[in-house]
Formats: sequence, structure tokens, C-alpha cells
Amino acid sequence: MDTFLGLDYPTLWFLVVGGLFSGYAILDGFDFGAGAWHLFFKKEENRRIALNAVGPVWDGNEVWLVIGGGALFAGFPVMYATFLSSMYIPFILFLVFIIFRAIAIEFRGKEEMLWWRKTWDICYSVSSIALAFLLGVVLGNILQGIAIDDTYHYRGGGFFEFLNPYAIMTGLTSLSLFMMHGAIYLILKTEGRLFAKLTLLLKKSVIFFIVIFSITTLYTLIYIPHLSDKFRDTPILFAVPLLAFLSIANVPRLASKRRYLQAFLFSALTISLLLVLVAIELYPNLLMSTIDPAYNITIYNAASSTKSLKIMLIMTAIGGPLVLGYTAFVYKTFKGKVKLDETSY
Amino acid sequence: MEVEILARIQFAFTIAFHYIYPPLSIGIGLLMVIFESLYVKTKNKEYHILAKFWTKIFALTFGIGVVTGIVMEFEFGTNWATYSRFVGDVFGSALAAEGLFAFALESGFLGVLLFGWNRVKPITHLIATIGVFLGSMFSAVWIVVANSWQQTPAGYHIVGEGMQARAEITDFWAMVFNPSSVDRVTHVWLGALLAGAFLVLSVHAYYIVRGRYVHISKKAFKIALVVATVFSLGQLATGHSSAEGVAVNQPAKLAALEGHFEANAPADMYLLGWVDKENQEVYGLKVPGGLSFLMHYDFTIPVTGLNAFPEEDRPSQVNAVFQFYHIMIVIGMALIGLTLFSCFLWWKGRLFKYKWLLWTFVFAALLPQIANQAGWFAAEMGRQPWVVYGLLRTSDAFSLAVTQNQLWFSLILFFLVYALLFVLFIYLLDRKIKAGPYDESEQEDRPNTKSMMETMINK
Ligand code: HDD
Ligand code: HEM
Ligand code: HEM
Repeated sequence: MDTFLGLDYPTLWFLVVGGLFSGYAILDGFDFGAGAWHLFFKKEENRRIALNAVGPVWDGNEVWLVIGGGALFAGFPVMYATFLSSMYIPFILFLVFIIFRAIAIEFRGKEEMLWWRKTWDICYSVSSIALAFLLGVVLGNILQGIAIDDTYHYRGGGFFEFLNPYAIMTGLTSLSLFMMHGAIYLILKTEGRLFAKLTLLLKKSVIFFIVIFSITTLYTLIYIPHLSDKFRDTPILFAVPLLAFLSIANVPRLASKRRYLQAFLFSALTISLLLVLVAIELYPNLLMSTIDPAYNITIYNAASSTKSLKIMLIMTAIGGPLVLGYTAFVYKTFKGKVKLDETSY
Repeated sequence: MEVEILARIQFAFTIAFHYIYPPLSIGIGLLMVIFESLYVKTKNKEYHILAKFWTKIFALTFGIGVVTGIVMEFEFGTNWATYSRFVGDVFGSALAAEGLFAFALESGFLGVLLFGWNRVKPITHLIATIGVFLGSMFSAVWIVVANSWQQTPAGYHIVGEGMQARAEITDFWAMVFNPSSVDRVTHVWLGALLAGAFLVLSVHAYYIVRGRYVHISKKAFKIALVVATVFSLGQLATGHSSAEGVAVNQPAKLAALEGHFEANAPADMYLLGWVDKENQEVYGLKVPGGLSFLMHYDFTIPVTGLNAFPEEDRPSQVNAVFQFYHIMIVIGMALIGLTLFSCFLWWKGRLFKYKWLLWTFVFAALLPQIANQAGWFAAEMGRQPWVVYGLLRTSDAFSLAVTQNQLWFSLILFFLVYALLFVLFIYLLDRKIKAGPYDESEQEDRPNTKSMMETMINK
């Protein structure tokens, strides 16, 4: 098989897709998190400030999902097709919540009526929570594996099969992680009493996260032992979970020193490290079959042709820096605390 | 109902709904760029106000376009798993390119476009507006390239067999420039620009008849009229070129578009008609040999008809394809007539004299929308029974893992959510239009007066 820099093309593309999804988790993670807190703010002005903190950036953040989805479709069509069709209900719900969340942001400020704004506030917050949770649920199903047969078809059934105990745990983990991440983002964007309130919320969410995360990890070690095989074979890999723990611990430490930007970077780092962990656990599988390991979807049997992957790597090499450039440009234009003006929501 | 039918209904419904919004965003985008460039160049405050006003409406169409688009991207996987495995290698890259080159550009600059009026210099803001507009034009390119590939596949070879068969790319540029992409991209572009231009015409015509914001509206109306006239004429050219392409690449579709059954005979062209599939007859108003003439510049040269194809390879909904196609053409002609006539009146200095004409423009905003929808329905239903023309049948393409219950659930859910979205959209659009182009912050520039306006119209 062709290689580039010592890695074969499916592996390279696995890294690209992983990078895109971790970028997505970091970016949309903070705005889902910010949305999840929304109903905790009681004053109209505070809600507006919180909303305007994500206003100029949420759409750009969601583009990472679109690109990640495209990259998965293009690079691993088998995985894209099998996984989306087997997780039909969670994905449809995810899409519907994406819709509600976006229109809540866009429409809330268009009318003055109290009931109008209240309704959209609830929509916004509930859908942010649901989205953060569903992302974890979907990930939990990947980690656990699903019933796929030798023709890559899902053999499960049941409307709510996706909502099993483990998936609920991973869902709560991602929710708490994003809430922590979102709280720090809002801290960076606010002042005064709202700021003070958020610093308290942040402390709570860190504890919430650490508790849930520990439970999920224990459950994984005990009930899904194959996921830790790699670590037993190559102990050096333990460095990754260790780093993840250090990085989480660093967040409250930096926050108590009021170094919020650094705290934000560390919570972003935590998110990527956790995804690196997932990637190590899976590689080279993408989706394990609970029927027979021979039916696993791997990066090799799911990948597009080398030719196609090469083309897309070239595109990524050109497009990637552009995307980072636009992202930097927006964040630079809107850096600093939120100031409401007549273009705000 | 079967899974296949439900999946098709869901796809058609969600894409048709999505397709209400991007054309508006693309078309309004062009006019925003024009208004704002005029402002940067002339420093005339009115252009600034127009640009800001249309940006607000743009925000509305764009927002709904984005969320309904995300649905589309994932629906390939959820509902058309076999299709996705089949085409992923080839046109996955077009979708990835859409994300990387188009959507990132669009949404990157969107924040600045919407919230940056007071934060960046006018010229930087203009650059952001242009960025968003170009992004939306590119996204049309990539998605239509992907769709064109499934209409007229090129640059691939088939690997594997049966349900495991899939297309692999052999030549990227041959895939991108497949036989129908250029025609269809340009046709779709113009259709989108027309949708936007006619909305601008509609809103400003409404202001003019109502005697509000008349001065500024006349400026906007004239600019949009130029855009609409040029593109209406252009649409005839790109449409004709598409039809010639269809004749070569998808003869069964062409036959369905005109309801031409006989395997090998000169073909007529209908202005209006009704297809009776059982008796293989079309009743209506026709130009005998017209289609032959359009294709070969000779009324007597035969054109391949539906009967030349085995039953299982022909589109089954011939009448629907025929009707959608004719609705589009009739509208295309009507737009040309309307815009040319208005330009003539403008030249005579009587453009704003006739109330009925202004009212026509108020409602004409619906025409390009209907033509866009009809065009897609004709193109996509005419492609049946193939999902990838000649390679993969629609009946083999859907997700085997998805059950009827799940589909009913999602279909009803989408239906309710989209109905709500649509109602909200209309409500907010109406509010924005009623509120008018002037913000509170520009109150002092608002020309005071209904009476002044009235004298202007009745003059
Ligand atoms: C890149 C792909 C792509 C693009 C850009 C479009 N479509 Fe499409 N369309 C499909 C890919 C597709 C498909 C996945 O291939 C479907 C699903 C079932 C089928 O037969 O083809 C389809 C079916 C389909 C049908 C149902 C036809 C039938 O079942 O008889 C309609 C009415 C449309 N589409 C309409 C549209 C509209 C209004 C579009 C404009 C935005 C559009 N399509 C763009
Ligand atoms: C099945 C086909 C389609 C898919 C999968 C699709 C996918 C998408 C996605 C994912 C988005 C959101 C991007 C974001 O987050 O910013 C979007 C928006 C958009 N799409 Fe589509 N799309 C389809 C059809 C089309 C067609 C045919 C056109 C153009 C002619 C088009 C033009 C646009 C534009 C301009 C936007 C930006 C939002 C807006 O302007 O309203 N799309 N689409
Ligand atoms: C004036 C005469 C027109 C002609 C002769 C014409 C011709 C065509 C043809 C032959 C197709 C099918 C292409 C294919 O299947 O590959 C098509 C599709 C389409 N048309 Fe038109 N058209 C006309 C006007 C319009 C107008 C005015 C609009 C919109 C404002 C429009 C929008 C569309 C769209 C959106 C499609 C589907 C996309 C595509 O397949 O290119 N058309 N047209």
C-alpha cells in the first residue's frame, strides 16, 4: 500500500477526520455548553450578553461539523453509510435540535414580547443540552460497537436501542465536559455580576464532570475490556489518559488564579486528549461489530481508493489553512468582552 | 408504504425546502455586494441603508438555509446508505470541497457581515460581504457538480459486484467537468440570482406603491431590474444548452420532458399539454417538429422517444416530468417578457407610472422560486429509475437498516418542524419588510413624508 511520511493513506485520513471532529467538539462544544447554561441566567440583559457571545461564531463552528461529515463521507463512505443509517433516530434528533438551536439564536431578538423571548430561551437551552448529550451518546455507541453483519448492514432494531446505559453515561460525560468548557468561554466574554456567577458555575461543573467521567471510565474498564487492550500491550500509551487527567486538573487551578484564557485552552486540550484516547482505543477499527470481530468496519475496508484520498489530502492541504485563517479572523474581530449594540440580538 | 417510497418523499421534501433559501441568499448576496460597493464608491448614505436592510433579510434566509442544509448532508448517510457507499469515493470529494472551500468562506465572513458594521472599516466590511457571496456561489458549484455526476457519470470505474459494487474515481477533473456540470451550474446560478433579484424587486415595488421610502426604493428597483433582465435572458441560453446536453446524455429524460413516445420520429414541442401515458398521447398546444428543430435545426430529423427504451429504464412519471418542465419554461418566458417590457418603460421614462405593473412585481417574486423547484423536479424525476444514471437504481439505493416506523417518525417530525420554520420565516420577513429599511439609529435620515412620495408617484 502507498504511504506518505511512513503512514498509509487511510491512516492519514483517519487523522484528518479525527482532527476535524476534535476541532468541531472544541468549537461547537463551547457554544453548546454556553447554551446549556442559558436558563441559569435570569436577567434579560445577561441572557442577551450570553447569546451575543456565541452570536458571531456559532455558524462558523458548525461548519466544522459539515466539513467533518463531508470528510467522513468522502474518506470512509462505508462507515458514513453504515453508521448514520444504524444510528438513524439519534441523528435525526440531532438534526432537529440543530435546527431549533440555530433558529432560537436567530429569532429570539426579533420580537420584544416576553413570551416570545422566553420560548426561544427554552428552545435554545434545551436543544444545546440535547445536542451535547447526543454527541456523547453516539460516541458511546461507537465505543461499545453495534450489531453489523458481513455486508456492513446493521442488524439491530428497536427504536431506542441507541439509548443504552453506557451511551447514557458517555452522553452525560460529554454534556458535563461541554458545560465546563462553555462556562469558561462565557467567563472570557463577560464582566460584572454575570462573570461572578459564572465563576461559581464553573467550579460546580468541573466537579460534575470529574465525577461522571470517573464513573464512565471505571465502567469502560470493567465492562468493555477490549477497549483497554491496546494500553496493556503498549504501556507507554498510558501517558495519554494521564495527560488528560492532568489537563482536567489544570482547569480549576488556572481558573482560581484568574488565568481564564489558559484555563480555556486546557479545557480544549482535554477535549482533544479524550478524543485521542478514543482514537487509540479504536484504531484501526472505526466501528466494531458485536456479532463477529471479522465484520468490524476498519479504516481499510471502509476507505475510499488511495487516489481519492490523495486528491482530498491535497484539498485539505490547501483548504485547511484557509479555514483556520477565517476562523482566526472572526475571533480576532470579536475578541474581548461582549458589548451590546444595535446589531446585537 | 415501503421504505423506498418514504425515503424518496422525505428526501424530496427536505431538499425542496432547503432549496427555497439558498437561492434567495445567493441572489440577495449579489445585490448586497452591489449596494455596498456603490456606497463605498459614492459615499451615498442611501446605498448604505439598502445594504444594511438587505443584510437583515439575508440573515433570515441564510440562517434557515444553513440548518436545512445540514440535514441534507447527513440524509445521504441516514437514508441512502447503499447509494452513499456507491458514490462516496467519487463525489464525497465534491462535498468535502464544498465544506472546505465554500461553507468555511461563507460562515467565516458571516459574523463580520452581520455584526461588524461598527467594528471594521467599510472596505473590510465590503470584503466580508463579497466573501460571503462568493462562498454561496461556490457552494452551488460543488453541490451541483456532485448532482451532475450522478446525472452524467464520468471519470470513474466500477469496482466490486452486486450490492458491494462502487464507483472509484479515476480522473478528478473529468468528474468535476462531467458532461452536464457546466450547463447545470450556470443554469442553477442564474436561477438563484433571479430568485434574489425578484425578491428585491418585489419588496421595493411594494414600498413604491405604498408610498413609503420611495426615493430609495426607486434606486434599488432599477438596480435589481438590470440584474433581473440580464439573467432572465441568460437563463434562456443556459437552459437551451442544458436541453441539448440532456438530448445527448439522457435521451430518455429528454423524451419525457416533451412527452415524446415514438421510438424514432420527429418530435414536437409543446407550449402546454397533458400526457396520457396509457395511450401514449399528448394533448395540447404544439409546434410540430419543434423539438427536432431545437436539437438539430431541422423540423424533420427524428428524436429518440421513450419507446426506444425498455420499460424498466424509463421514467415512470412522464406527465409530472412534462408538467414541471413546462412550468419552468413558461415562467422563464414570462420573466423575460416582464423584465424587457419594464426596461422599455424605463427607457421611455414611465417605469413607475403603472400601479398594476408594480403590483405584478410584488407577486412576481414567487415565479423564480416556482421555476427553480419545477426545474429540479423535472431534472430529478426525469432521471428515474436511476439514482446514478445507468449505474445504480433508486430501488437499490436506500438504507436497508432503516425501518418504516423510523421513517414515519422522521418524516412527520421534519414535516412539523419545517412547517413551523416556514411560518416563522414568512412572519419575520413580513415584519422586516413592514419595519422598512431605516433603523432607529438612522431616524434622522428618514425622508419624512407620505405626501411627498405621493406627489412623486402621481407626477
Ligand atoms: C448531490 C446530490 C443532489 C443534489 C444537489 C440534489 N439532489 Fe435531488 N436527489 C438526489 C440527490 C441530489 C438523490 C439522493 O440522488 C435522490 C434521492 C432519491 C433519488 O432518486 O435521487 C434525489 C431525489 C430528488 C427528488 C425525488 C425524485 C423522485 O423520487 O422521483 C426530488 C424531487 C429532488 N431530488 C429535488 C431536488 C431539488 C429541489 C434539488 C435542489 C436543491 C436537488 N434535488 C438537488
Ligand atoms: C443534497 C444536496 C445538498 C446538500 C447536501 C447541501 C448541504 C448544505 C449544508 C450542509 C449547508 C450548511 C452549511 C453551513 O453550515 O454553513 C448548506 C447551506 C447552503 N446550501 Fe445547500 N446543500 C444541498 C443542495 C444545495 C443546492 C442545490 C444549492 C445551490 C444551488 C445549495 C446552496 C447552499 C447555500 C448557498 C448555502 C448557505 C446557506 C444559505 O445561503 O442559505 N445547496 N447546504
Ligand atoms: C427559459 C427557458 C428555460 C429552459 C429552456 C430551461 C431548460 C432546462 C432544462 C433542459 C433542464 C434540465 C437539465 C437537466 O436535467 O440536466 C432545466 C433544469 C432546471 N431549470 Fe431550467 N430552463 C429554463 C428556464 C428556467 C428558469 C427561468 C429557472 C429559474 C428561475 C430555471 C431553473 C432550473 C433549475 C433550478 C433546474 C434544475 C437544475 C438543473 O438540472 O440544471 N430554468 N432547465
